[in-house]
Amino acid sequence: MKWGVVRFPGSLDDDDALYALREVLGQDARMLWHKEETLGGVHCIVLPGGFSYGDYLRSGAIARFSPIMRSIAKFADDGGLVLGICNGFQILCEAHLLPGALTRNRSLAFICEQVTIRVENARTPLTRATRAGEVLRIPIKHGEGCYVAPESELRAMEERGQVLFRYVAPDGGLSEAANPNGSMRAIAGVANERFNVFGLMPHPEHAVEGELTGGADGLKLFHSLIEAAR
Amino acid sequence: MSATPASLPGEPAVDQALARAHGLSADEYAAVLARLGRVPTFTELGVFAVMWSEHCSYKSSRKHLRMLPMTGPRVVGGPGENAGALEIGDGWVAVFKIESHNHPSYVEPYQGAATGVGGIIRDIFTMGARPVASMNSLKFGALDHPRTRYLLSGVVGGIGGYGNCVGVPTVAGEVMFDAAYNGNILVNAFCLGLARKGELQSARAHGVGNPVIYVGSATGRDGIHGASLLASAEFDAASAAKRPTVQVGDPFAEKLLIEACLEAMKTGAIVAIQDMGAAGLTSSSSEMAGRGGLGIELDLDRIPLREPGLTPYEILLSESQERMLLVVEKGREAEVAAVFEKWDLHALVVGRITDDGRWRARYRGQVVADIPVKALSSEAPLYDRPAAPPAAPLRAADAPARAPAPREALRALLASPNVGSKRWVFRQYDAIVQSNTLAGPGGDAAVLRIKGSRRGLALTVDSNPRACALDPYLGTVATVCEAARNLACTGARPAGITNCLNYGNPERAEIMWQFRRGVEGLRDAAIAFELPVVSGNVSFYNETAGRAILPTPTIAMVGIFEEIGQRLAIHFRRPGDCIVIIRTAAPSMAASEYAALFGAGDARLAPIDLNRERRLIEGLLKAAERRLLNSAHDVADGGLLVGLLEACFGDHALGAHLDGVDGSPDELFGEGPSTVIISAAADKVDALREIFAPLEVRVIGRVTSQPRLIVGTLFDESINELRLLYDQALPRRLELT
Repeated sequence: MKWGVVRFPGSLDDDDALYALREVLGQDARMLWHKEETLGGVHCIVLPGGFSYGDYLRSGAIARFSPIMRSIAKFADDGGLVLGICNGFQILCEAHLLPGALTRNRSLAFICEQVTIRVENARTPLTRATRAGEVLRIPIKHGEGCYVAPESELRAMEERGQVLFRYVAPDGGLSEAANPNGSMRAIAGVANERFNVFGLMPHPEHAVEGELTGGADGLKLFHSLIEAAR
Repeated sequence: MSATPASLPGEPAVDQALARAHGLSADEYAAVLARLGRVPTFTELGVFAVMWSEHCSYKSSRKHLRMLPMTGPRVVGGPGENAGALEIGDGWVAVFKIESHNHPSYVEPYQGAATGVGGIIRDIFTMGARPVASMNSLKFGALDHPRTRYLLSGVVGGIGGYGNCVGVPTVAGEVMFDAAYNGNILVNAFCLGLARKGELQSARAHGVGNPVIYVGSATGRDGIHGASLLASAEFDAASAAKRPTVQVGDPFAEKLLIEACLEAMKTGAIVAIQDMGAAGLTSSSSEMAGRGGLGIELDLDRIPLREPGLTPYEILLSESQERMLLVVEKGREAEVAAVFEKWDLHALVVGRITDDGRWRARYRGQVVADIPVKALSSEAPLYDRPAAPPAAPLRAADAPARAPAPREALRALLASPNVGSKRWVFRQYDAIVQSNTLAGPGGDAAVLRIKGSRRGLALTVDSNPRACALDPYLGTVATVCEAARNLACTGARPAGITNCLNYGNPERAEIMWQFRRGVEGLRDAAIAFELPVVSGNVSFYNETAGRAILPTPTIAMVGIFEEIGQRLAIHFRRPGDCIVIIRTAAPSMAASEYAALFGAGDARLAPIDLNRERRLIEGLLKAAERRLLNSAHDVADGGLLVGLLEACFGDHALGAHLDGVDGSPDELFGEGPSTVIISAAADKVDALREIFAPLEVRVIGRVTSQPRLIVGTLFDESINELRLLYDQALPRRLELT
């Protein structure tokens, strides 16, 4: 499977995504410069974490205007798989490829820690290698991860199964304390209506090497995408 | 070849009074006149003032720093570069340095701390090394002081705001609160980078006629006299008015600079490169020329400006952030510029290297400064200031003990912000970007892997100002020992030191004495452990209204794993394991948190036997190598019981049953001298005795599967309950005070 990881100015976890795909998962992955307009025949695009253009205005607000984003919108429109992680999620929301928006954490502070998320819909290309209700340990690190959307939109998303992950306690239960950033309905990750564009705040690329770093649960998401592309 | 420089119309006339207002003494001004053979222009006066400031010239400390051991088989490159470098094997070189940003952080905590992080990162990548890890050492005033919470949240926010955005993980650090820092906090920032051997970049100009190129943010009025002069005088009531002199950081610009500079270096066309740090364009240009024994000429009309109308004085002294100065091989300018254009940065030719040993600046066709390069670098003033011990020790013996019950003492210690968890702070830092962090903040030392190698690094930053207050020499020795122990507890062999020496006003004899004794302590300990001091920084004038901080030498140490699989963590792992302590001397209350909370009578520091300290380090390394240990943890703030609890606070919810401690407050809560807690299977204890001899290997209890801390008949406590106290120590104080 061929992957493309987009490097915007200010991308930070681009090399980490490339490392996870190439070195840990043995995938054919390449870096795509944000000024490029062709995607090189990849099957899945990853928009990585970071602070594109410094994110001084609003996370992802400028990156969405990068030349490559036009190609990515077209790619998504044609049914291509797109995964936005953290800043990538923010960019996809800004580009209206995903519903909702990500705002400042409830605490107003940046948070870096291991969290637990629950799979809400296991029948999507991003989650097919997981079970519904399965709890995954994956780290977060962001200052603007509070997911918001209009109540009517949230209801529609829930009905269609677009809410993929929620922040939960390690036992799988919802609680105020387990929601690190104050996201509405504790949402940690979503899909578009066609289920080919995905965004999540936790960093699966930082949970691919087991005990060595942040656990191995991130692998399940990458394995899902690999299965889906077959 | 050039006309005599002249002040511009409208600039003030230069005389001794103006020189004094610039921080130059009468003798120093006379020296300026002698070096030039004439009265300086206004621009030149500004240049001398910053380059001869304490911050830039190290005029009070240079003489003493020469006593430090700076060489060793692993040391790469010579002194005088922007940071020190150590060979770590497999063709890798680690470049690292620590630097203070104390004064700016007190005046404007967010930007002061942010730009401290930015500055030290630039010092690393300017050497051709990719920055891979940051650490910091923070000292604040008492938590109930009205400014402390503002300063704490500002500094932590600034470190995170910059470090998180630039993609360098913050992997370790320390935070301490003490009323001695009420009027002068300390923010010391460390960065480490990795380079391939042979690819280190120099800051030594060569090649007469080579162009000088400016890259990065435009020059503005921010930060004029910021790092240089703000950090070279005490604080007073007027210090708040200096807020505009604190620079403003732009981490996005820094991220672009990192990537663009590292890429541009691969062209091989860059001869020399330096960050425009303190004293900006002036220091970077004069230092690169000075190291090469050459001259340099700058055309100030070509400097990109943030706003029109900056004077030559302002352009040369601006400390605007995220700017680099390069010397490039003549004829290859376009090749270098193309790389920067890719990153939407502009590389502008602003001068050239000359052979006349002069530092010259032109503005609108007129020479505004023409100074011998040496006068700004190697021939800056050098002082041997008088040093004398104070009449009374800095901290008088603590009040007699009130001796609370051990159970109460333990609870009070766990709830103390100096002992309790610093998670509230470090969860605001990205500790995992770059995917190398195997152990982040909260342990004895951070552990990093090196991708593609079996090797790894351990990093720690330590200080012990309360011990240094009792005895500046022994306190520094103890700090070096602690840093080495923190590394050895992870299984990494200590390999090199960088230091940030924070003291008060060096014009006072007792401060100079503290400083000299500190440097002597660093020297003796470094020699005993055979560790080179590869880089460092001195921060003087840390006082407000005549009240100095505690002497605070901050030691950052880097250790090497030959086999990263041998690393150890602090947490107990297996119920039934023996809990073993190894000490280098009888425990003492001196300089402990217990003494700070309850008083502890006689507060003298015991002498330190460096042979025994070294034995402890070597023993830990050997035991790790032979895989005899299941965990190792250095006993620090709070003493033995707190250390034991920290070892219990892992993911496995284990406990400890102790039957081999005497239960005296000294044993349970004393912080000095060196103690480590290890856990090992019972059948490994004999091997440990052999390895650590002549140090005593004392089995004090067992790891239990019940999460309880049981100390003989003294007490039996729930670990989860104690952990709550420990975890909430900082958040609770921040909400209520």
